[in-house]
Amino acid sequence: MADLLRVDQVSMRFGGLLAVDNASLTAEAGRITALIGPNGAGKSTLFAIISGFLRPSSGSVFYDGAEIIGEPPHRLARRGIARTFQITQPFAGLTVRENIAVGAHLKRAARPDALAAAGEVARAVGLGELLDRPAADLTVAGRKRLELARALATEPRLILLDEVLAGLNPTEVRVMIPVIRAIRDRGITVFMIEHIMEAVMSLAEHVFVLSEGRMIAEGTPQAIAGNPRVVEAYLGHGAATRMMETDHA
Amino acid sequence: MKGLVPFGVAIAVLAVVPLLTSSNVVLNFLVVALLIALVGQGWNLLGGYGGQYSFGHAAFFGTGAYVSAILQVRYGINAWLGFCIGIAAGAAVGAVIGALTFRSGLKGSYFALITLAFAEVLRIVASVAAITGAGVGTLIKLDLRPEAFQFQSRAPFYWIILALVGASLIIVRMIEDSRFGAYLIAVRENEDAAKALGVNTTVIKIGAMTISAAITAAGGGFYAQYFLFLDAGIAYGSWISIDALLAPIVGGLGTVYGPLLGALVIKTLGEATKLLTSDAPGLDLVIYGCILILVIAFAPRGIVGIFADLNRRLRAGKTDAPASLEQRHG
Repeated sequence: MADLLRVDQVSMRFGGLLAVDNASLTAEAGRITALIGPNGAGKSTLFAIISGFLRPSSGSVFYDGAEIIGEPPHRLARRGIARTFQITQPFAGLTVRENIAVGAHLKRAARPDALAAAGEVARAVGLGELLDRPAADLTVAGRKRLELARALATEPRLILLDEVLAGLNPTEVRVMIPVIRAIRDRGITVFMIEHIMEAVMSLAEHVFVLSEGRMIAEGTPQAIAGNPRVVEAYLGHGAATRMMETDHA
Repeated sequence: MKGLVPFGVAIAVLAVVPLLTSSNVVLNFLVVALLIALVGQGWNLLGGYGGQYSFGHAAFFGTGAYVSAILQVRYGINAWLGFCIGIAAGAAVGAVIGALTFRSGLKGSYFALITLAFAEVLRIVASVAAITGAGVGTLIKLDLRPEAFQFQSRAPFYWIILALVGASLIIVRMIEDSRFGAYLIAVRENEDAAKALGVNTTVIKIGAMTISAAITAAGGGFYAQYFLFLDAGIAYGSWISIDALLAPIVGGLGTVYGPLLGALVIKTLGEATKLLTSDAPGLDLVIYGCILILVIAFAPRGIVGIFADLNRRLRAGKTDAPASLEQRHG
């Protein structure tokens, strides 16, 4: 299948800090692709570049075959790229339904249509009971679902999920995993940043690993888990060798 | 459209006032209060719904007033036509100031200061330019014919300003129920989240400022016909910018009826102060300042918010009652 998203040698410099260093990746249409890496690796920066919130210092991003660097976020959203935020950004003064309706308005001009569509999306992500509650009252898990629902309501082709499972307890994570899989099954390409390895292992079909701004590995989840460079990126220099030694002993 | 019944009742009650009294004092008070309600509704659209706090709505009020007056006095254009052109001119000024400020990404206090600066520049220009009559001001010739937008009694003025307030209520209510309104509120609540959902926040803000300015300019044009005199300090003075934001904040930010309620309350308090203090200059402004501090500290959602809370408590009380009865019987 064709690549819906291709990031080509992107670098992002903030003053003296090189947050993303010549990173490249692809997300194949109809699949779940994950981007993992330790804290501060530059994952969210890369997301901000893909969704048009940041302009990279160099490199290209292709979506559906066309270069999208320089396109503002609202135009990318109209072209089918939706994103969630790691730090949830609810419209706190509005109800859950009104929040989701803002997303639904992208494809629907009439208020009643958008509100009805918001109800459907809410039920799909498990917010059906909370439709008329103020977004400010939601728990962390609820806010993550709301982020997801708002993005889905725009009816995207590509959805960028920035740690939608972070801050959830193990039960909540287990509930969310099938929700994300269902998004893929509806034909939406999923590109997710995730910390929770259990989730990445069971969800992603292809994984990229970013460390200190550089892409250090890619492959299937199984291949990644056994890659010494990845283990070292997470656990520190020499960790892989030490683990091997303990295994042998 | 939801909420049409209270709207109809409110306008109908206000519409019969001139039939009950011919007192010029009462009518004059209500005309001024409704004028503030109109201008405040303009401010409310941008500030209350869009979260962009302007300190310079005088720029639109003054433009509406001057354009309408100057077209009549210097170019002999019909007053009603001049009134309409004044509204269009105010909207244009709003669109230009909006484009300049929002495209450069000015927010919060920077936006407030820039709008204040625009209004002040216009005030100073109007106080020296020949076309506005500079220091002398502009006097509209007395011509008491309905065709000239002038009337013998105050009642027709009263009905016209009431109709304008009613129209502004309907416009804002319709915006509330539209995609544009949903996007405008989304911009107020969280601009980045709105962008990610496909909202062109700059266009939405400029659009809101244009409509806001048009409503406020209508207030300016009405002022010119009602008082028949303008100078730079009246048309572009900070008094109108303050009244424009005070009415919706006191009444209830981002609510349809907030500006009307707020305008009636602050004008009543203003008049009461004048009666009590035998017209000590500036004391009404002291009172306004105190009201603003009290409202922001204790009722940030304004009068509408206080009523909503009371209503919720009353309802909660009603649902509690059957439960306590059951307990007694059980």
